[in-house]
Amino acid sequence: MSDEILAMRGITKRFAGVTALHEVTLTVRRGEIHAICGENGAGKSTLMKVLSGVHPHGSYEGDIVFNGEPCEFHGIRDSERKGIVIIHQELALCGQLSVAENLFLGNERARRGFIDWNRTNHDAQALLDRVGLRENPTTPVNDLGVGKQQLVEIAKALSKEVSLLILDEPTAALNDDDSQHLLDLLDGLRDQGITSVIISHKLNEVTRIADTVTVLRDGKTIETLPADGLSEERIIAGMVGRDLEHRFPPRTPDIGDEVLRVEDWTVHSPAQPDRVIVDNATLSIRRGEIVGLAGLMGAGRTELAMSVFGRSYGTNISGRVLKNGVVINTRTVQEAIRHGLAYVSEDRKRYGLNLIEGVQRNVSAAALRKLATRGWVNENEEFSVAERFRRSMGIRTPAVSTQVGTLSGGNQQKVVLAKWMFTDPDVLILDEPTRGIDVGAKYEIYSIINDLAAQGRAVLVISSELPELLGLCDRIYALSEGRITGEVPRAEATQELLMQYMTRGQGS
Amino acid sequence: MTINLRQSGIYVAFALIVVLFAFLTDGALLQPQNISNIIVQNSYVLILAIGMILVIIGGHIDLSVGSTVALTGAICAVLTVHWGLPWPIAVLLTLIAGAIIGAAQGYWIAYFGIPAFIVTLAGMLVFRALTLTTLGNQGIGPFPDEIRSLSNGFTGGYLGNIGLGPLGGADLVSLLAGVACIAGFALSQWRKRAARLGYGQTVDPMPVFVLKIVGAGVVVLAVVVQLARFRNLPWVLVLLAALALGYSLMASNSVFGRHIYSIGGNLQAATLSGVKVKAVTFWVFVNMGALAALAGVIFAGRLNQAGPTAGTAFELDAIAAAFIGGAAVQGGVGKVVGAITGGLIMGVINNGMSLIGAPSERVMLVKGLVLLAAVAYDVWTKRRA
Repeated sequence: MSDEILAMRGITKRFAGVTALHEVTLTVRRGEIHAICGENGAGKSTLMKVLSGVHPHGSYEGDIVFNGEPCEFHGIRDSERKGIVIIHQELALCGQLSVAENLFLGNERARRGFIDWNRTNHDAQALLDRVGLRENPTTPVNDLGVGKQQLVEIAKALSKEVSLLILDEPTAALNDDDSQHLLDLLDGLRDQGITSVIISHKLNEVTRIADTVTVLRDGKTIETLPADGLSEERIIAGMVGRDLEHRFPPRTPDIGDEVLRVEDWTVHSPAQPDRVIVDNATLSIRRGEIVGLAGLMGAGRTELAMSVFGRSYGTNISGRVLKNGVVINTRTVQEAIRHGLAYVSEDRKRYGLNLIEGVQRNVSAAALRKLATRGWVNENEEFSVAERFRRSMGIRTPAVSTQVGTLSGGNQQKVVLAKWMFTDPDVLILDEPTRGIDVGAKYEIYSIINDLAAQGRAVLVISSELPELLGLCDRIYALSEGRITGEVPRAEATQELLMQYMTRGQGS
Repeated sequence: MTINLRQSGIYVAFALIVVLFAFLTDGALLQPQNISNIIVQNSYVLILAIGMILVIIGGHIDLSVGSTVALTGAICAVLTVHWGLPWPIAVLLTLIAGAIIGAAQGYWIAYFGIPAFIVTLAGMLVFRALTLTTLGNQGIGPFPDEIRSLSNGFTGGYLGNIGLGPLGGADLVSLLAGVACIAGFALSQWRKRAARLGYGQTVDPMPVFVLKIVGAGVVVLAVVVQLARFRNLPWVLVLLAALALGYSLMASNSVFGRHIYSIGGNLQAATLSGVKVKAVTFWVFVNMGALAALAGVIFAGRLNQAGPTAGTAFELDAIAAAFIGGAAVQGGVGKVVGAITGGLIMGVINNGMSLIGAPSERVMLVKGLVLLAAVAYDVWTKRRA
């Protein structure tokens, strides 16, 4: 057998006149971890869909050679039979079913049509051991965190006797601990002879784990580089086609008086009312200030933000919210908006946008009454508002009537930001504002955040990426197990220091 | 282009169905009296469809409207026949009763969080039972003349007839009303276009714009001329036109209407945008109840009797009308005019097939297949987009 497990040559794929892939070449060596990097829309996911048969043979041009033989896949089943398994960004697990049932879904351990539960659970346990997941196979998947669910997906792939594992943004939703574990696992699988292809925006992980990096841009292969000694800046240069010396736009802070103060804020879990999620937290934000909130997944960052914003999360909430020194009522979302609060969710598709409506109607959604007289909306005024934001924020859309669901992640995020800017808030809470957004669009989002602060608004940024907080914020709070464990001004902040605070009190 | 095709497909289908049956019935479908019949016979389903499309846009369903039609018809009968109340007060009280029925269901759906399917399935049984109780298991009638003419009657020939050459005499008031409608439509479209241009938005090119207005004008005028040749405008058509116009505007241009779309499109996003999700859902069901009561009065008035089996399976016709008219099962999509067109498609199939003497089981078969085809077409265009 040759050294190459996979060769894709001259792959061209068109969608209704748009060329998504143009003569793309990808060569993966046996037993390596091969990273594919590129901005959103560069064609990474399309390439993987061609490989796994989601786009069947005949709908693209070019050849796929796997294990030395040319392949013509007509669906996922064809590619899986050859040992190619793809794990998508959105996990495909049935939450109500047990871990074991999920592992063998469509591939049941059965005898004459009836499930053999002993063999199912026994085989499941063996797979869980292989991925280092210490859970009972009969546990419902819903009871596991995202990190563990990701491991279940990988175990499921292993059950199919995989020889090439494709992971699309495997760590996008994971905290640092879980990411670490996942990357270690991939390392381990490599030693067992399993080849992996990972698509990732997290370049620090790419440089850490990958043996080879292929960079795509605008549907073309730009370069394939050995990862040894490769810097993040070098990869970014290939991805954006320009030297992105400054990942963060420059800004001169102009900070005023305190605008928002949250005091002694305590929140309990709605599912388990005796469990404390946010524990006596106190924080404040000033005019024109960008404040960061750092914390590992499960530290209670989103829960803190959403409970302040109209009690959208949690039960048995206590504490005070003050604006300009006066206690305000934020018990409902309407009250919170009336007091000038805005919350941009980490999950824009679920909590931020009406994907089947156009840009125009999404932008106006949180402040429709501003466009209405006696309950009647002025659609022309609405149009010009949407046009104004489209231009000022650089939302790339064919028209403001275009369905938001068809836009790229970065442009969707701009629509959500525009929606909240139209409410003219004094305080913006931005939860993971650049999740799943490519490097170029991130820079634009950072510029928008800087503009918001320059207009005298107070901004709270929640992020899993510490470099992002360090590059953006004037002051950073660290949250651990629901408690504020540290507050660091920009000048003193380092990743190491924040990580210390973020892990303080854990396990004790 | 695909979006256009998806939106206009229903109207094209309606035109084709009309042409098909006009051909199959040797023109009987388009005779003055028959056009009048189609409108009067389907009026209550069309009124229900207007309420139902809003419910469905909001992401819910209402299975109780048939029973509500029966119960409100019975209430109206008791109020007028037994209690002898004047008809305007009786109708008003009946509408309020319908709103209360809607509110009762809306409470459980919006504030208690029980799926509408379950609540209104329960309502379907409960309100049918209450109908039987109210009526004491027998029909009540006859209704006052005013209520009967709301269902069956025609506008008076206040200005007499004029001759239309080979078409014979036609009622002048009806013709003037039709012309006024078309003029009003053209004027409002013109002003809308001018306003859009003022804001620098794209509009249809002038020939397309004129063609659309002329097309709509010709269809309206043709229907009105036929009606004027028969017995003037049915009152129920005047009512329907007002409802269609009012609810279309409400759905597309009012804050309340927009909130219904946003709730159906993405409930969580609407909640986090400050939409009063529960209140909006509640009022959508109140509105459905009131419209069902209006349909109840008209249906009872048409039969001149409130009966225990009134309104049976009306909910299915109303739901089918909404989905044929382009609503989406997940909610967030749909138009009032679409639902009315969907209802008319079924009405024309009903009427056309009975004119050619098809047995009722075949009518049912065709209606079922049309519903399936309409939704299949919708899914297909969505997938292609």
